[in-house]
Amino acid sequence: MGKNGGKKRFTLSWMIGGAQGSGVDSSANLFAYSIASAGYYVFGKREYYSNIKGEHSYFNVVAADSPVRSTVDNVHILASFDSETVFRHAWEVEAGGGIIYDVALENESLKNIPTIEERLKSEISEKLKNENVGETLRDVITVAKRRGVRTYPIPYMDLIKKTGEIIGEKQLTLLLRMVNTMAVAASFAILKADINRLHRGLSYAFRAKRAVVDMNFAACKVVYDYVKDNFSDDFPLTLPNRKNGEDLILVNGTTIVGIAKIVAGCRFQSYYPITPAADESVYIEDKQVFNLNAVSALDEYEYPHLAESKQLSEKGHILVFQSEDELAAIDMAIGASLAGIRAATSTSGPGFSLMAEGLGWAGMNEVPIVVTLFQRGGPSTGLPTRHEQADLLFAIFAGHGEFPRIVMASGDMTEAFYDTIKAFNYAEKFQVPVIHLLDKSLANSTQTIPIPSIDDVLLDRGLLINEHLEDRGYKRFQFTEDGISPRAPLGTRGAIFWNTGDEHDELGHISEDPVIRTRMMDKRMGKLELIKESIPAGDKVATYGDPDAKDWIVSWGSTKGPILDALEMLEEEGVGPIGFLQVKILHPFPAELCLETLQSARRIIDIEQNYSGQMGKLMAMESGLRPTNLILKYNGRPFTSTEIRDAVKEVLVRNTKRIVMNRGG
Amino acid sequence: MTVTQKLTMAHFRTPLFNDWCPGCGDFGILSSIQMALAELQLEPHRVVVFSGIGCSSKTPHYINTYGIHTVHGRPLPFAIAAKLANPSLTVLAVGGDGDGLGIGAGHFVAAGRRNVDITYILYDNGVYGLTKGQASPTLRRGLKTKALPRPNLNDAVNPVALAIVCGYTFVARGYAYDTRHLKELIKLGIQHKGTSFIQVLQPCPTYNDLHTKEWYAGEDRVDPDTKKPVPRLYKLEETGYDGEVKSPSEEEAVAKAVEAIKRSYEWGDRIPIGVFYRNPYVPTYDQRIASIAPIYLQSPPALQPIRTKSMKPVADVSPLFDELRVLY
Repeated sequence: MGKNGGKKRFTLSWMIGGAQGSGVDSSANLFAYSIASAGYYVFGKREYYSNIKGEHSYFNVVAADSPVRSTVDNVHILASFDSETVFRHAWEVEAGGGIIYDVALENESLKNIPTIEERLKSEISEKLKNENVGETLRDVITVAKRRGVRTYPIPYMDLIKKTGEIIGEKQLTLLLRMVNTMAVAASFAILKADINRLHRGLSYAFRAKRAVVDMNFAACKVVYDYVKDNFSDDFPLTLPNRKNGEDLILVNGTTIVGIAKIVAGCRFQSYYPITPAADESVYIEDKQVFNLNAVSALDEYEYPHLAESKQLSEKGHILVFQSEDELAAIDMAIGASLAGIRAATSTSGPGFSLMAEGLGWAGMNEVPIVVTLFQRGGPSTGLPTRHEQADLLFAIFAGHGEFPRIVMASGDMTEAFYDTIKAFNYAEKFQVPVIHLLDKSLANSTQTIPIPSIDDVLLDRGLLINEHLEDRGYKRFQFTEDGISPRAPLGTRGAIFWNTGDEHDELGHISEDPVIRTRMMDKRMGKLELIKESIPAGDKVATYGDPDAKDWIVSWGSTKGPILDALEMLEEEGVGPIGFLQVKILHPFPAELCLETLQSARRIIDIEQNYSGQMGKLMAMESGLRPTNLILKYNGRPFTSTEIRDAVKEVLVRNTKRIVMNRGG
Repeated sequence: MTVTQKLTMAHFRTPLFNDWCPGCGDFGILSSIQMALAELQLEPHRVVVFSGIGCSSKTPHYINTYGIHTVHGRPLPFAIAAKLANPSLTVLAVGGDGDGLGIGAGHFVAAGRRNVDITYILYDNGVYGLTKGQASPTLRRGLKTKALPRPNLNDAVNPVALAIVCGYTFVARGYAYDTRHLKELIKLGIQHKGTSFIQVLQPCPTYNDLHTKEWYAGEDRVDPDTKKPVPRLYKLEETGYDGEVKSPSEEEAVAKAVEAIKRSYEWGDRIPIGVFYRNPYVPTYDQRIASIAPIYLQSPPALQPIRTKSMKPVADVSPLFDELRVLY
């Protein structure tokens, strides 16, 4: 168990679970925000079924006194208000930890819980049998106690009644929903945390609904006092308020990407509802009207209509369009982009499969668009609400024929913010579709991060023109030295052009001329070299750890968080030195940079959340470097830091060639 | 070109060689579009013509306006987005019956629900020409055009009826060889505020040997008195039919829609062309957006500034960060 004080990082792993629709999310947000408000850094992972109501979901929040980027396998406090959560997760609570549960449910039996899969039921049943106990919640609690776990039976119903008396509400059914909040308050009491921070957390979790906040806070106080009065205060971890000088936000991946798109100047986003990507579009739609600043310093050439009118708007607007399918979603982004605006679409694997068609058209017609791709478990419908990184090769190769594109992947929330903006810059500068890879883990995790600064953000629109004076002289696909032709929005005087998915001439008319075909292919595909030359090394790869290490981890995307946390643990244990190369631009692949870093490596340990080690294969194809060891996971749950720590140790000790991890409920 | 110069059809022609088959109905539709644009005096650079894939979808290349030849079945999504991004553009979508009602049927339905101010012209010849004459969604069951190895097993879609039930607010049918009439329909369609749908009947002289120019002209049935063929096509407006909804009443809209659908089923000896249905009382999509974000009308996406002279973003997202900020 992590300890307070000393040099070692203080870490608390807290989990809450419950039936979907019972407020697990809000209670986790409440806990995370309140703890952050008490001065801690947090990282929270959300796990849920593809279901609206009834199936089990849980949220694991790690709080620490330094920035934290992942979850761990062990749990210090398990907060529950149903029995299923305890049946499933009591086993993860470490000795000395605690379980908060509803005392009224002690007689509930494992076999009567329909939402626990048969396979897991037998596993739990086996564990209970080995302990010579029955199969009720009370038995699970007994077994936990034997392992030294503290237990906190809470009479939720009595406390709800008491709350009702205090706030003068006789209709108890109105108050029943608050059990989730009460489980959080019990956690706060056990951890000796400041109950007033819960009030801030309630305001965050329930947004402006004042009455709801007050009612919940009243319930919090009742539970907080109950726990203080009825249980010993010997829990080994405490969370006193601490000073945190950093200006932080608590945010998830879909929200940070949504904000970044507004900053980036994206003014049209199309999407078709899909998990987990849809949250991003819904967030933007909710914030579709926003403030503008610095409108006085516009370029008169760029915005002639505004220079004349003098009546500048103080508001901006982004149009979010829910299309009939993903075929239309990408085509709409292209159509909007043709009108000269920054446009994007956002989707997950099954939607991206449909987008392959439009992607090729955008590549063929050199239309800048951004496709935000939140990967989830595949293939087909796969694991709709679970995590995977198995769309990398598909993103690079989707579409028939050959056309240039950029595929980039963000490792964390902050990267996701800046990468979103870069994606639009790349798309317009090189006039190519850009696929921005994210994943379910980033989408649905919450994390405290420093407020991204936009002081250094620049919007590079490339060779965008808004008038062409010589009538009829304009050629949309004019052959140029670097392959980039001046791009005019639809409606521009003097710049009429044609687009076609057919091979075409400089004007954009269909051409099957073999000479033109070769020149046009060279023009388009040649942009990949330009992209390689133009994007700075630091945007393509990042290295961490000891630069002289002989053992190197390679990875991409959201595995960055658990890898960095694992590296800290390994360093503390004296294991290493180990280097970590994170590849951020996956296509065109930065082969030279990989070779520079890895050519003298003894081991290249490829860590990915897919079956086949897709980036390892890509690296081999592009650079000749082959991973020596693979650490993979494809059970739908993101890597924990402890899991990576253990797997890396196994590689270092036994040189295991392929390790498949399988932790997480 | 100055604005005072009168625009003629010639301004809307491109010098390209046109590779449609001799006698193709596409020629008549192309001329009708060019005539309509010229008569409406629309500046070529303010017009965009989107198309799908197939013979008819080559149309944009022959028109001197912005021309976007998209993906099979998808002209509508491209066109809708471009119009919403820049509502000051005049946007047309064109494509064949297979493009619009086969591979693009989902978009056809969805477009009707939105009433974006665009005009969609569907070239309907009953066959997939460019792939050598397979049956299209508008070919009737049991018919065997010459390239089919066996009679068509599928029932035909009724494009006019489908458009009406999908919510299109201007629904008309023209004939490719009656260019004066078709040109007027296209003008009405462009002037209508909302999504206009114009089905155009057209012979495919190469693959549809059933619905030929002669068949439409009724050359197979000569009036014994006049010794003249009795044409199959007749104009709705000449029969006193009026498909226009005259009040915002739902009841009237439904009654007019039902009457139009009934008319649209006439086929064989008498085939109506003209305006079947028009409802100016359905709010257009830009009005619907403006009901939520009034700024949209004054400042649609294409007119919005996104960066300063020094390339800095102009959006102020600090209130969004404030909502998420951790308060100690």
